[in-house]
Formats: sequence, structure tokens, C-alpha cells
Amino acid sequence: MKIDDILSDIRNKFGSKVIKAEKKNEKRAYVDIYPKDIVLLTKYMFKELGLRFAIATAVDDFDAIEVLYHFAEDASGFVVSLRAIIKEKEDPHIDTITGVTRSAWWIEREMHELFGIHFDGNTDLRPLLLPDDWPTGVYPLRKNFIVPKRDSRKA
Amino acid sequence: MSHKAHIPIGPYHPLQEEPEFYKLVVEGEKVVDVDVRIGWNHRGIEKLSEAKTFDQSIFIVERICGICSSSHPITCVQALEDLGGIKVPDRALYIRSIVQELERLHSHMLWAGLAGHFLGYNTVFMWGWKYREPICDIMETVTGNRQNYAMLKVGGVRRDIEKEHVPYILTRLDEFTRHLDMLRGAVLDDPVLHARLKGVGVLTKERAIDYAALGPTARASGVDIDVRRDHPYAAYDRVKWKVITQPEGDVFAKMVVRIMEMYESVSIIRQCLDKMPAGPIDSNPKDIPPGEGIGQAEAPRGECFHYIKSDGSNSPVRHKVRAPTYMNFPTFRETVIGQTVSDATIILAAIDPCYCCTERMLIVDKDDKDLFDIQELIRLSQEKTLKLKEKMGFK
Repeated sequence: MKIDDILSDIRNKFGSKVIKAEKKNEKRAYVDIYPKDIVLLTKYMFKELGLRFAIATAVDDFDAIEVLYHFAEDASGFVVSLRAIIKEKEDPHIDTITGVTRSAWWIEREMHELFGIHFDGNTDLRPLLLPDDWPTGVYPLRKNFIVPKRDSRKA
Repeated sequence: MSHKAHIPIGPYHPLQEEPEFYKLVVEGEKVVDVDVRIGWNHRGIEKLSEAKTFDQSIFIVERICGICSSSHPITCVQALEDLGGIKVPDRALYIRSIVQELERLHSHMLWAGLAGHFLGYNTVFMWGWKYREPICDIMETVTGNRQNYAMLKVGGVRRDIEKEHVPYILTRLDEFTRHLDMLRGAVLDDPVLHARLKGVGVLTKERAIDYAALGPTARASGVDIDVRRDHPYAAYDRVKWKVITQPEGDVFAKMVVRIMEMYESVSIIRQCLDKMPAGPIDSNPKDIPPGEGIGQAEAPRGECFHYIKSDGSNSPVRHKVRAPTYMNFPTFRETVIGQTVSDATIILAAIDPCYCCTERMLIVDKDDKDLFDIQELIRLSQEKTLKLKEKMGFK
């Protein structure tokens, strides 16, 4: 399957659910969607098209939280990234995709603790990377998190 | 009456970015559940990278892992090249492929050695580490370092391969291949290893796809993926080589894939040295424009994935790093349940995480009393091989 075919397929099939679908170059495409449609789109990409879920990236974009779901197409060699833009930055919510693929198990836990994104329907959002005594409500990969200065005089 | 005991494994694991803690739940000899927890060596590389310039980011990601210290930099520079549409001179592409394959050789050799140790084949362990030396010597000749090669920069590589070094590289590769033949014979023709590893820790193809497993872990389950072929980078689309797959999904299949891949790597290096065109090794790009880029590369353990977003300043707004083991680790849960404790070490080793984790392996019963430590577990595994040998008439 070619990258243009997938993009026109997505536009035709999902119509108004797609905010923007653009090709950056022959190997990369980005599709902007609403967070509520993420499970639908993931099902289409992972189950119907059989793309490989590479990883998800959360980005603090100052006025919104973006979650990019990267899907790799290994037959022709390109990556399509779904970009879900969550406007409610104070309490971001998005549906879990672990019901579609188990491969999102760890990354949702990671994004939950580092960005404070709630994955509705995911029952296993225990901390993955941060220590057990990490304060709640402090998300280190948010832009407003300032890395504390280490006092070199202390051991 | 069933008695469930908990086995904590871990957590310290200082070599890779993913130290981990496993809690195995066992009933007698059988593993019935496993819980995985990582993060003890979380160094905040992603946050750190946001505070560095792009050149420094490459330097930092090189230090993520000591074994694949050129996989992360190549992924990172490819993400930046994708972001800025930066072209790389041909000669640099060939040099990149050579360094990548050398790294794969020494990493797979390490793996074979350690797998041998866990099974009680300590000669294989000694061989693996001894015969990886020629590769480290070549690395030193080509890059100046045995580890942390600092070869990669956006737009090319930092050092050229000198003409007078090529005969030396080829001689050392010959030496390596001779030893590799010996290792392959000793390992793959051994009836005890066949009996010991076949059918152990099977990851089915469906599960491998669902967990999006990568690299040798996926290829040994019959999933035909390899970033070098599927998303060609460096000079992989200009040389002839094949992707090794095995349908079985057990520990033996993973071993076969890694050993046969080493032959392909040697072949790729030879072809690259032969075909390498003359010319510049660096296109000297000046700026990274605003935008976003994705880099992929096949590390020894599978696909490495970086996402970089830039706002036009000299440091990344976001730098996401995904190492292959991040996707492969969760498959351990699938493969270890239903197996025996004596096989747990080798099943974990088969996905090729760094081994320091298992150094901290410890078995406690439900009152948290220590039953076994790592030495005991390795002894259990080695004992099983010994018993098998006796049963089969090898003594």
C-alpha cells in the first residue's frame, strides 16, 4: 500500500473526523484527529491495514497536549502518525487503545505519569519509570516542570 | 494445596536505559504469573535532551546504552535529517552501515556467550567474549574507540575509513568468520541444546504482532520485519543481504536468528568496503529548521525509534526515544507463563535485555524469605542441561 492511498483512504472513510491529513515526504505522513476518535482510527490502522504500532509520543505544545501515535508500514516503508490534540490541558483525557493492541500497554502508563494524561478504560496505569514516592500531580515532561537544581554540597 | 511463591528479579541494571524488576509468581516449579516494573535507572534523557543543543543531543543519546552506542545516535541524526530534509553524501552512508553492522556483530556475539553461560556451556561463554575482540579492534581502527564511537553527526560521519586500514579490517573479519563457523557448529549441531531449547518460551506469531515485538525476537516468531530492508537507510539498499526468519518462536529459533544474522552482517561489511565510493563524508548542514522528524534504525535488538520536534531554535522542543527492548520486554510475560523456573533465565535472556538485571535475581517465598539468589538460579539452569546430557548419553 502506498502512502497516498492510505491518506486518501483515511480522508474518504473518516471525512469530518479528520482535521488535517498531510504528507511531509515520501516516508512520513501526519494525520490530525480529535481525541474521541482515537480508538476508531487505531482499529483501522492496526487491525484493518495491519500496520505496526511503533510507539506513541506525547508533546506539551503549551496550549494543548498532543499525543502522536506512530504506525509503521513495513511493506513499502513509511510511517503514518495520528496526532490527537487534547485541548483540556489541565485534565487531559483520551480513550485507551490497549483494547486494540497490547503493545500500547507500557507507553500509556509512561505518558500517564510523565504528562498526566488519563487513558480512559486502562485499568493498569501504575507508575512505570518514576519512583514510588514521586509526588502526585507533578509531571516532569510538561514544559512548566523546572528541573530542581542539585545542591552539590549535599552528599 | 497450591502454594504460590513470589520471585522478585531485579531491579538494578546499569547498562541499558531500561533496568527492570520482575516479580515471578511460582507454583512449585511452574511460573504462573509475572509482573514487570522498570525505572530504577531512569535518567530523564528525554527531558535532558530538551535542554541541550542538537549536537549535544546526539552525544547524550550515544550514552543511553553501552552496547548499542551507535544505534541511538544514528536514529537521532536520521530524525534530524528527516526533519530538515538534509542530504547525506554516499560515502558517509556506507561508513554508517559498516559501523552499524560491526556493532551488531559484537552485540550478538556477547549474547551468544551469555546464553551459553546460562545453559552451563561455559566454553561458549569464553568463546563469545574472546572472539568478539577482533570486532572491537576493528571498531578501534575505524572509529578510534572500542565503545561510544562518536562517529555520527547530522549530514554525515565524523571520521573517514582510511584506505590502508581496509586490508587489516578484512583480515580481522576473516579471523572472526572462522571462529563464527566453529561457534555455529558447536551450538547449532549440539543435540543437547536442541533438546534443551526447542519448544521453550514460545512466542507465537499472533502474539508477536499484537505486542509489536521487534528485531530478532519478532523474526524468530516468523514476523518478517527488518528496518534495514523495510525502511532503507544508510547503504542497506545498495548491498545484497537477506533477512533471517524462523517460524518456531522458541529460544532455539532466537539463537538461530542471531547466529545466522552475524553472517549477513559480515557480508554487508565486506560489500560496503568494496563498493564504498570516494568523496566527502559530511554535507555540513548549518541549521535545523522548525518542524518534526522521525528516525528509525535497526539496532541489534530491533527497531530504534526517535521523534524530534524543533521550533527553529538550536535545541529540540521534544525528543522521544524508544529503544527496541521497550517493545520486546512485555512479551516476556507471554513466554514465561507455564514454563519452569529453571527456564526463566534463558527465556528472559532470549529477548536479549542487558544481563545485569539477572545478577540481582532472587527467589523468596511468600514470607519474603530468600530461597534462591541468581547464582542458584543459574545453577538450576545449568543442572537441567547436565541432567539432559546424562539422559542422552553424553557425559
